[in-house]
Amino acid sequence: MTAAHAETDTAVQPAIHPPVPPAAPGTDQDAHHWLARACAAAAAGDPAWELRFAEAGRRCRVLGDAARVDLLAAARPDAPTVTRLYRQGTAAERRAVLLALPRLDLAPAHGVPLVEDALRTNDTGLLAAAVGPYAARHLDAHAWRHAVLKCLFTGVPVTRVSALADRARGDGELARMLHAFADERTAAGRAVPADLHHVLALTEEER
Amino acid sequence: MRIFDPHIHMTSRTTDDYEAMYAAGVRAVVEPAFWLGQPRTSVASFQDYFDALLGWEPFRAAQYGIAHHCTIALNPKEANDPRCLPVLDELPRYLVKDQVVAVGEIGYDSMTPAEDTAFAAQLQLAADHGLPALVHTPHRDKLAGLRRTLDVVRESALPTDRVLVDHLNETTVEEAKDSGAWLGFSVYPDTKMDEARMVALLREYGPERVLVNSAADWGRSDPLKTRKVGDLMLAEGFTEDDVDLVLWRNPVAFYGLSGRLALDVAATGPTHEGNSILRGAPAHPVPTGR
Repeated sequence: MTAAHAETDTAVQPAIHPPVPPAAPGTDQDAHHWLARACAAAAAGDPAWELRFAEAGRRCRVLGDAARVDLLAAARPDAPTVTRLYRQGTAAERRAVLLALPRLDLAPAHGVPLVEDALRTNDTGLLAAAVGPYAARHLDAHAWRHAVLKCLFTGVPVTRVSALADRARGDGELARMLHAFADERTAAGRAVPADLHHVLALTEEER
Repeated sequence: MRIFDPHIHMTSRTTDDYEAMYAAGVRAVVEPAFWLGQPRTSVASFQDYFDALLGWEPFRAAQYGIAHHCTIALNPKEANDPRCLPVLDELPRYLVKDQVVAVGEIGYDSMTPAEDTAFAAQLQLAADHGLPALVHTPHRDKLAGLRRTLDVVRESALPTDRVLVDHLNETTVEEAKDSGAWLGFSVYPDTKMDEARMVALLREYGPERVLVNSAADWGRSDPLKTRKVGDLMLAEGFTEDDVDLVLWRNPVAFYGLSGRLALDVAATGPTHEGNSILRGAPAHPVPTGR
């Protein structure tokens, strides 16, 4: 669907939101069933799929972020729609957009700004979602190094950084930044994150 | 003592407050959208504020083991500014979000025609979205404000038993209770209610459908007032079950009307393809905002 559909949301919503029963996460089976129907409708071009995207968290709590990622992959929204969903999204919706990027065939001109936005936050959930395969493929060297460093700063395990070994291998500038960070921590009497030594070892491997 | 503060403005509180609240037993909060002490002048200011209530603030709360939900609305004060009024058109896209458990704070400040219009429109939005409503009662001319509030609610599509009328006191509690609405009391250091008056009202009117909040914000207020009310209730002879009803089960029942309450914030761990780790809820509180 296109960004223009957003203008119709207000008119559509009342009919689509009957009162829901009191909080009940439901069973795995309920969640999978709900998601399968929502994905089928999204793939068929039903414009109400964006409402399903918004409510997927409470409809399929057991599935976590994966429910919204599947919905995005089924709907295959265009770039302006993806950007709007991210910008107007809750933290959970933004995570889903970031996690879905590798499945959305989005040009770097549209996808990278979303990754960069997430990397500017201090929300570790967004950071972890931002450093996936899309970032590995499209972030330039400077932005990627800072993303790795930010993971170390905020405690996001570097196992979340896609293609870490490939991109870190032989990266002297990343090694310099890691050494400087370790020196700063040591000077302050604070522990150096164990992940730092792991990444440092990767930089020392031959290209 | 498990505590649910059903009305607290955490964006204006520090991480020290979150730590102290957790230590006092607070495990869940609802943060109603309100003004900022300084009037907004554009719709964009509301959008950034709502986005923070749905993004950074729940993340911050989760780091301290506290579940954070919010209510979204155009507040009555700013309903009087034509520059802010168009935010009403933005509300539907927010009211579908998972963590939005009511429309609020709506109601009256100075009881103007602009407030009438915004109030009625937002009660309709609540009905359309299957949400209850958190209604602020005015600080000036309170009893007249409550009566007008209840009249507007009765004329709306939203049943009165899906409405929480807040900031009640000795002069307004009886008519509010008779209406069938849920009863909210804000306990403040100087104004609104204090702990002793709150316990006296609980003795007179009973704990059913009563919610006690700190309404803590950027003014003189105390995010631990909920705990202090619970302690005084016990000291004055209420049972632990009474305290649990007022400080936990009543807020869970009211906001649970949304079907969207998720109170298991501290339960972390990978559940599905590793995608749910680091969703903002580590097992042990860690510093934030570096």
